[in-house]
Amino acid sequence: MSLRLEKVSMQFGGLVALRDLDLEIPEGVIISLIGPNGAGKTTVFNLITGVYRPTEGTIHYNGHRLNGLPPHKIIALGIARTFQNIRLFKNMTALENVQVGMHCRTQSGAIRALFKTRFERAEEQRIRKRAQEILQELGIDRYQDEYAGNLPYGEQRRLEIARALATDPKILLLDEPAAGMNPKETEDLMQLILSLRNKGLTIFLVEHDMKVVMGISDRIAVLDHGQKIAEGPPRAIQQDERVIEAYLGRRHTTTGSIS
Amino acid sequence: MVRREIQRFCIYTLFLTILVLPMVGMRGPEFEARRAFTVLSVLVGVLLLTTVFRLLRETSFYRNLGQRIRQRRDRALGKIQVLPRPVALGSLFFLLALFPFAANNYVIDVAITVLIYVTLGLGLNVVVGLAGLLDLGYIAFYAVGAYTYSLLNLHYGIPFWFALPFGVVIGSLCGCIIGYPTLKMRGDYLAIVTLGFGEIIRLVLNNWDNLTKGPNGLLGMDKPKLILPSFSDGGLSWTVVPLKSLPSLYFVILAVALLTVIAVHRLNNSRIGRAWIAIREDETAAELTGIPTTLLKLLAYALGAVFAAVAGAFFAAKLSYTNPNFFVFLESCVVLSIVVLGGMGSIPGIILGALALIAIPELFRELASYRMLAFGGAMTVMMVLKPEGFIPATRRKRELHEEELESEEAADE
Repeated sequence: MSLRLEKVSMQFGGLVALRDLDLEIPEGVIISLIGPNGAGKTTVFNLITGVYRPTEGTIHYNGHRLNGLPPHKIIALGIARTFQNIRLFKNMTALENVQVGMHCRTQSGAIRALFKTRFERAEEQRIRKRAQEILQELGIDRYQDEYAGNLPYGEQRRLEIARALATDPKILLLDEPAAGMNPKETEDLMQLILSLRNKGLTIFLVEHDMKVVMGISDRIAVLDHGQKIAEGPPRAIQQDERVIEAYLGRRHTTTGSIS
Repeated sequence: MVRREIQRFCIYTLFLTILVLPMVGMRGPEFEARRAFTVLSVLVGVLLLTTVFRLLRETSFYRNLGQRIRQRRDRALGKIQVLPRPVALGSLFFLLALFPFAANNYVIDVAITVLIYVTLGLGLNVVVGLAGLLDLGYIAFYAVGAYTYSLLNLHYGIPFWFALPFGVVIGSLCGCIIGYPTLKMRGDYLAIVTLGFGEIIRLVLNNWDNLTKGPNGLLGMDKPKLILPSFSDGGLSWTVVPLKSLPSLYFVILAVALLTVIAVHRLNNSRIGRAWIAIREDETAAELTGIPTTLLKLLAYALGAVFAAVAGAFFAAKLSYTNPNFFVFLESCVVLSIVVLGGMGSIPGIILGALALIAIPELFRELASYRMLAFGGAMTVMMVLKPEGFIPATRRKRELHEEELESEEAADE
């Protein structure tokens, strides 16, 4: 049930964004991908979710080869993601955003909608109920009928996670979920991520906030200039010479704050 | 603010002078000063008025005026909403049903046209308003519907109601044919391709003489027939009634328009409708939320085309005549204007839009050539003052007035 990247490379014209990346994401862990800006972290997410097709290498998930699959099929296999720069459907309500997330797990088509069949009505009810549950779980149910664009920033990030969860994923890819959050919100976010992991979800995290990364990750992989330079548990990464060098350019050790 | 407006005024005046004096004044070798300066002064006058208007708009008087009007309107709307919805809709329907008994044939004819355009507008709304795909060749599907019925009826004698499903199928196929190559396109490119497609259909109809009789058009299709119960000879019997009179056609087309309203309303509030809106909002995010965007965009094209094809079949049947010149680009523009002017994504808005753009120009038919001028002017004014349309869908209003809403909210706090 693991997600496996084998010798994955990505080139944009002459620019090598990613070189020979090997990465295995086992089930039920929190794994973080860190690295300086432009190291290729978001590219990894885009490759896994099918936005780009790797120039070389393969990505396997649960016996499926993901290379070349359209994103919506990959999502349907159980991989969901959020975006670095929030990409909610701003002019839809919070509830509708989550409902859209359930698209790939439901099936009423246009014909059923036109005739409002019993199946369609039951399914609509189920979608609504489940979406409300998800909002509740994330503690943003009071914004249910608010337009997503009107939500406070931190809640928008939560709503993105809610929308991703609505696709009923096995793996959740979070792209800098703590960006722009205040310490309190960040703390809540860490609790949320941990509770999701405890429910059996695999979390793949790209994050700059080292407090988050070091605080909750089971494993950390470090990218620099498109190459993996280290991988291991948080403590080992904190002391890795090459990681420190990549971040600071020279030797400098202070525990827990290499940002 | 004032300085900027004055600056702008001066620049535009200079611009106009440079453009207008030679273009209007030079007649052959001579310079007609009087003519040139008359035109110039009119233009500068208009410019001055605009500037004054723009400056006024910034004063507190105008701002408060807008707010006061809004409050009044909200209060008035609040009163209307006191009527329970079924009662309101019921009485509206009742009025629509009684309408032909109180009107003459000309008015009914206009009403039928309005209803056909309501159907067209709602169909285009699926494509433009919901899925957010700008379609400038929409009238092509209307033509497909009209010609499908005409050809099937003239060549094979297929009656209207049996030809209608063919029209629907061929219409939706055409929707997919135009949809498929445009799936990867967005915005401007999409608009250009759809525009081209619309013209291709018209030109094919215009030049395929053997089949469509070219510019002469097709003539003499049967009217739709209805089987109605009659109680004349003491017992119940069924008679076939051709819908020859305008009122009878009106009722059938009213039914079609109502069915379209219901269909679009249901689509709007369904899983598919939500997915369309998501695609309009952010296509990439929609795809990455598990929505098969390609399939759904094709579906939007196909369904939009179905409504147009049905409307087209009724249009051809009503006139018993069709020709390629009914389906020029201007018609696509009119339908698009109905959607935009009425309010994208809003069903009552589109109905009002159809009324405004089809019925009102009819009222001013005597003014003939000034009609289009007034039409264009009204459109421009409308777009400046109320870009979201007469009755905006709540969403669209948000999109277009985001800043104002925010400042109002800030003021409230």
